[in-house]
Amino acid sequence: MTTANTVEGEPITARKTGIRHVARSVLRDGWATTGVVIIVVFALAAIFAPLVTGITGQNPYTYHLNLLDDSGAPKGFGGGISAAHWFGVEPLTGRDLFSVVVYGARISLLVGVSATIVSVVIGVLVGITTGFFGGWYDRLLSRVVDVMFGFPVLVFMIALTAIVPSSIPRPVFMIAVIGFFGWPPVARVVRGQVLSLRERNFVVASTAMGAGSGHVLFAQVLPNVTATIIVYTTIMVPSMIGFEAALSFLGVGVPPPTPSWGRTIGDAVGWVQTSPMYLVFPGAALFLITLAFNVFGDGLRDALDPRSGGRRS
Amino acid sequence: MRMLRFVLVRLAGMLVVLALVAAIAYAIFYLLPTNPAQLSCGKPCTPADLQRAKEFMGTAAPWWQQLGNFLSGILVGRSFGSGDAAVVCAAPCFGFSFQQNAPVTQLILSRFPVTASIAVGAALLWLITGVAGGVISALRRGTWVDRSVMSVAIAGVSAPSYLVGLLAILFFGFTLQWLPTGGYVPLTEDPVQWLLHLILPWCTLAFITAAIYARLTRGQMIEVMGEDYIRTARAKGLREPRVVITHGLRNALIPVVTIFGLDLGALLGGTVIAEKVFSMQGLGAMLIDAVHTLDLQLVVGFTLFAAFLIVFANFVVDLIYGFVDPRVKAG
Repeated sequence: MTTANTVEGEPITARKTGIRHVARSVLRDGWATTGVVIIVVFALAAIFAPLVTGITGQNPYTYHLNLLDDSGAPKGFGGGISAAHWFGVEPLTGRDLFSVVVYGARISLLVGVSATIVSVVIGVLVGITTGFFGGWYDRLLSRVVDVMFGFPVLVFMIALTAIVPSSIPRPVFMIAVIGFFGWPPVARVVRGQVLSLRERNFVVASTAMGAGSGHVLFAQVLPNVTATIIVYTTIMVPSMIGFEAALSFLGVGVPPPTPSWGRTIGDAVGWVQTSPMYLVFPGAALFLITLAFNVFGDGLRDALDPRSGGRRS
Repeated sequence: MRMLRFVLVRLAGMLVVLALVAAIAYAIFYLLPTNPAQLSCGKPCTPADLQRAKEFMGTAAPWWQQLGNFLSGILVGRSFGSGDAAVVCAAPCFGFSFQQNAPVTQLILSRFPVTASIAVGAALLWLITGVAGGVISALRRGTWVDRSVMSVAIAGVSAPSYLVGLLAILFFGFTLQWLPTGGYVPLTEDPVQWLLHLILPWCTLAFITAAIYARLTRGQMIEVMGEDYIRTARAKGLREPRVVITHGLRNALIPVVTIFGLDLGALLGGTVIAEKVFSMQGLGAMLIDAVHTLDLQLVVGFTLFAAFLIVFANFVVDLIYGFVDPRVKAG
């Protein structure tokens, strides 16, 4: 099976990949810069969540039942927006929605970034070894990648939540499961690059001079696929964040009371008509961080490989 | 003859994959420390009760025998327990839900029309609009149509489908009151209501993917329309629609078919989400309920069914691929 991976199989030409060059190139791209700024803001909000919510003196756990009417919907404009509750309050509980959104960034970024790292590590290991060694090992794992590519991964993730022992913390389990199902695309792209690198003179020379496979793989081949790995890492984060949010949305992700955007959006399903702002704030946060990573990834790809600009499908 | 060989090779490959997937799913769900008998034994659970539950479920046997029963159950069916209390699970037996006292296959079939209605409609919608949008923007390159299709594609990939769906319910369902806000009406009961209830789920699932397909088709179409054989076709005096469709589109569609096969798995995940957003009682809702009630047999059975469905769908896509792209058969 072939795919639309545009990076795969392309000859790797010399290019400036110095950090300073890349940074300058990304900063010239207005969209990518905006993406970086949004990511930094969300990351800071996640790290300093207690300080940020401290401005209004709120936290995501305290109930404010006095701010709700008889049906459980928040009183006042826009879901109870006020000086103390910037985003209003949750229906039924009256918890401060601003705090919920700020603290929600923690689980979203933690699971999103960690799961990406798990995927990239597995994918790179499989990709460089299959591409480099070839043979039956390559054929077997490439077939596994083919099969895993089209699988209903969300269904599998949901199913696995049924058997997770309660001794494992939920976020750790989610990172493992989401990360495990994410490696095939990375492996395929890295393998494609390694296949062409393997034939290059410096690799052949290194082998001829008696370097062991380990040295050639990690000291000669790996540095040359770093650019691809970095781009893929950035592009994968939003989909991993999306999986966490989807699982929490479906009620099989992070358990309450830990704030999670996905779960809040899931809870908002029943309040769409009466309290739409309950959906809008966490939804906007999720959309913004996903968009930020997407445009940053696009900018980074253009900076590292100018030829791929705008060609990805 | 060559075509037959191609089909047979693919068929054999599919069967191997199916057997492996079944074995792995079995290993993950039944050999790990979770104990189905313990879960359904109830409280208080005496050792004798537990043993009886184990024997009834067939989990008292050694693992290789359990796996054998499990696999042969899919092919020829099986039964649980013995004597008067025995329950029969006809082929294809994906397991037996002891909680609901029904074969998993039967439970799946009862929910299948809901999920199939959502998934098939959404897939058709995104394929048709995506390919048509791509062809139009390729032929009208640089115009506003082209630019707007491409902008939607970029913004669209960042919006989760449930967010789009909920906003659509809010706008078209509650504010404008054009469409129902949720629920499912069987096709056999009232075709018009069936369609009305499905418009929002279809559009929600298809909207983003259609934009991605449009982008892909556009790129392919632009590339193909620049090929020499297109010039040859025009030089032969063929009419333009025929050049675009039989010579241009047919070749541009090859990668689209590949991606379509790969997206079917994601589509199944998408329907799970859509069912929650639009409160439809389909397979996804069944899976979520089964996870909450720890109905392990149903979870495993459905997961396996989903994997089978996708592997089979990919097999069909592979065959279509063979027809669209003559080079595949030769290779």
